[in-house]
Amino acid sequence: MNIKENSIKMIFLASGLLSIFILLGIFYLLFSNSFPALRDVGIKSFFSRGYWNPTAYSVPQYSILNIIKGTFMVGTGSLLFAVPLGVACAAYLAEVASPREREIFKPIIEILAGIPSVVLGFFGLVVVAPLLSSVFGLPNGINALNGSILVGIMALPTVVSLAEDAVSAVPQEYRHASLALGATRWQTLKNVTIPAAFSGVLAASLLGMGRAIGETMTVLMVTGNALAAPSSFMDSVRTLSANIAIEMGEVPMGSLHFHSLFVVGLVLFIITFIINLLADIIFDRYRKGVSM
Amino acid sequence: MEATMNLKDKDFVPFKEEQPNSSRVVVYYDPKSNGTGKRPARKEKVKVEKLAFYYGTKQALQNINLDIIANEVTALIGPSGCGKTTYLRIINRMNDLIPGSRIEGKVLIDGEDIYGPEVDVVELRRRVGLVFQQPNPFPKSIYENVAYGPRIHGIRKKSLLDEIVEESLKQAALWDEVKDRFKDSALSLSGGQQQRLCIARVLAVRPEILLMDEPTSALDPVATQRIEDLIRTLASNYTIIIVTHNMQQAARISDTTAFFLLGEMVEQGKTSQIFTRPRDRRTEEYITGRFG
Ligand SMILES: Nc1ncnc2c1ncn2[C@@H]1O[C@H](COP(=O)(O)OP(=O)(O)O)[C@@H](O)[C@H]1O
Ligand SMILES: [Mg+2]
Repeated sequence: MNIKENSIKMIFLASGLLSIFILLGIFYLLFSNSFPALRDVGIKSFFSRGYWNPTAYSVPQYSILNIIKGTFMVGTGSLLFAVPLGVACAAYLAEVASPREREIFKPIIEILAGIPSVVLGFFGLVVVAPLLSSVFGLPNGINALNGSILVGIMALPTVVSLAEDAVSAVPQEYRHASLALGATRWQTLKNVTIPAAFSGVLAASLLGMGRAIGETMTVLMVTGNALAAPSSFMDSVRTLSANIAIEMGEVPMGSLHFHSLFVVGLVLFIITFIINLLADIIFDRYRKGVSM
Repeated sequence: MEATMNLKDKDFVPFKEEQPNSSRVVVYYDPKSNGTGKRPARKEKVKVEKLAFYYGTKQALQNINLDIIANEVTALIGPSGCGKTTYLRIINRMNDLIPGSRIEGKVLIDGEDIYGPEVDVVELRRRVGLVFQQPNPFPKSIYENVAYGPRIHGIRKKSLLDEIVEESLKQAALWDEVKDRFKDSALSLSGGQQQRLCIARVLAVRPEILLMDEPTSALDPVATQRIEDLIRTLASNYTIIIVTHNMQQAARISDTTAFFLLGEMVEQGKTSQIFTRPRDRRTEEYITGRFG
């Protein structure tokens, strides 16, 4: 009995350690491969004004500021899209829907998560792009907004399912207290339930974004991948992950350009890591009921 | 003070004005008088006729005829599971929230059938406040808890809200303890303070009837004492129905007592009579502690 329990404990410990090891391993890999570029190009060059153009004939440039900006535009844009929609879906599922409706709706939302990103990219090209170009009178709809919408769709299942957990976890007493004061169901949802679930919902959204920000294929297909500094959501942008995917296939192994792409990967890794950490901290506080 | 109240604020009755029955002479409660002759003519606030209630197929109440006198404290006693909470929640229609529940018979407030077709349940719940067994403040600030009800009933003006909050907290005998810490979370209060906050929250919507479901069962003796004093004070302005497990409490604070057993109302009478000369053998057995 004791032996069995101990060995189970060991297995869990081992798998926990393994995932930490893998994480550290990835970080090491990224860092060691970035190192030649960081040394020869200099960290500063990556973050100073300019463009990303490592293959320039005369003076190669390594600035990733525009790409970081593009990434954040698509990231926050997707949140602006996914959070209201996701929270509305979650509130509907948790508070309004009958068990039957829930049975129909939940799998549909989960199927969204399973759509291959290439397919979603096609959807962006064939449906969203023409729509955007006709609505906003643009030559084409291949831009940051399109990317935001699609990444938002991709983040939606994560946001919905985590936000629904957060809404369902709001104690029934709060709702009853509100209803007993003469609030309508809608007022109760808006003023009590969702605020009480707020930090959970926020964390859910961040996780959704953390997942979506590294999303490559869709974004690559619909954002246009321009390297110029974007000034609005109607501009074409390139994201960190798309940048790697586009160039990695053509770059000579071991070249400075090759190592620079690892720097881009390292930056992406750090950004997603921070977002996930933030989400985790918020979740933790929320569970302990410190917030609000 | 009335002069500053904005009466155009929708649906809202400031309680110095139209408080029903507030014009009658208020006699400070003297426990020794046992209500004999000191109060003006007794008038029914709530009339319940041939009431039966079902949770699905399970009958929780049968043939209840129990009238509640205006500006009195009515205590409901009886062993647990006998239907006291059910009776209480019928009066503000909180039982509507339980799927599959069903009611028979009549419940009249001021002569109006509250289960009639054109009754506005939301307005009914404003008029009939409920204080729960467990203190259940919202996870918001102290101020926001009290202001919640007025806000959902359409009051926007800050000065008016401030006034209502102050007055409600004073009525609930909590003002002195919280007046310097409005912005603190309600969850930082002690249990007894939280329960008084919940009472203030209910008073802030200017109800006519106060339902209290074992409001002191989760509190220590000192906090209990404060709530009991509060109930006595409030009785001059409100009609109060309190469920209690504690027979001493019923004897201390109520004018009328009703004894429930197995879904039936066995006996109702002046509190002094119930506790000294019960008519029914079952009542006598209960109050002398032979069962329950
Ligand atoms: N939501 C419910 N569903 C089914 N049965 C219930 C529900 N609430 C209460 N009951 C039952 O109804 C009876 C009366 O309950 P209640 O009114 O809570 O009694 P009391 O408050 O006197 O303890 C009990 O037998 C209880 O089990
Ligand atoms: Mg009860």
